[in-house]
Amino acid sequence: MKAASPIDVRVQAEDFDISAEIRKLAGERTDIGAVVTFTGRCRDEEGRLAALELEHYPDMAETEIARIAREALRRWNLAGLTVIHRFGRILPGQNIVLVVAASTHRKAALEAADFLMDYLKSRAPFWKKEHLTSGEPGQWVNAKTEDEEALAQWRKE
Amino acid sequence: MKLVYFAWVRERVGHETETVSLPGEVVTVSDLLDWLKARGEGYAAAFAHPEIIRVAIDRKHVAHDMELPPDGEVALFPPMTGG
Repeated sequence: MKAASPIDVRVQAEDFDISAEIRKLAGERTDIGAVVTFTGRCRDEEGRLAALELEHYPDMAETEIARIAREALRRWNLAGLTVIHRFGRILPGQNIVLVVAASTHRKAALEAADFLMDYLKSRAPFWKKEHLTSGEPGQWVNAKTEDEEALAQWRKE
Repeated sequence: MKLVYFAWVRERVGHETETVSLPGEVVTVSDLLDWLKARGEGYAAAFAHPEIIRVAIDRKHVAHDMELPPDGEVALFPPMTGG
């Protein structure tokens, strides 16, 4: 990996392999002391949910995630950052999103991963629609006010 | 101007994309939302609460007081629920 471009953003239908992504990001590098991963998965909501359908705005999804990733890189001293966001039909137990953050010391990677997820939820152009096990028509997931409020803490800094 | 819709905005409007010619008095994003709301039943349902609609111009988030460009792609969608 070139030091000049430590950001890897992918928007894809396919699943991802967390171990492979850690290897790809940190690999043989001996300067990286911390790798943090966050994996967001589809829940079944106590059996109510059959699947989630993730709609996205192609191009803008990549552009917006890359913008958020660059902001994280500006705020924390990171060795690398990988963000993978899936779209399409996702079943309970399957992966939706992966953030991998690498840094010399753990705090930067932990905070950057948290920041990335807060911003992804409210700024990356994805929308979740629920498909129900009952067969009844599912609803679009409503944005939570907590998600918007979560951004406020990062603005103070 | 090209308009693109996502999620329940797309479902209510009834199509994913369309090209429109805007009247001269439609200057800002907010004007566009009001104009769209008056275009028929589906539009009225989609834009009943224009304040909650998020807008991107040429794939960048913009505020409702932003002036519309002479041409380009304006996307209208509900608050995002990714991650």
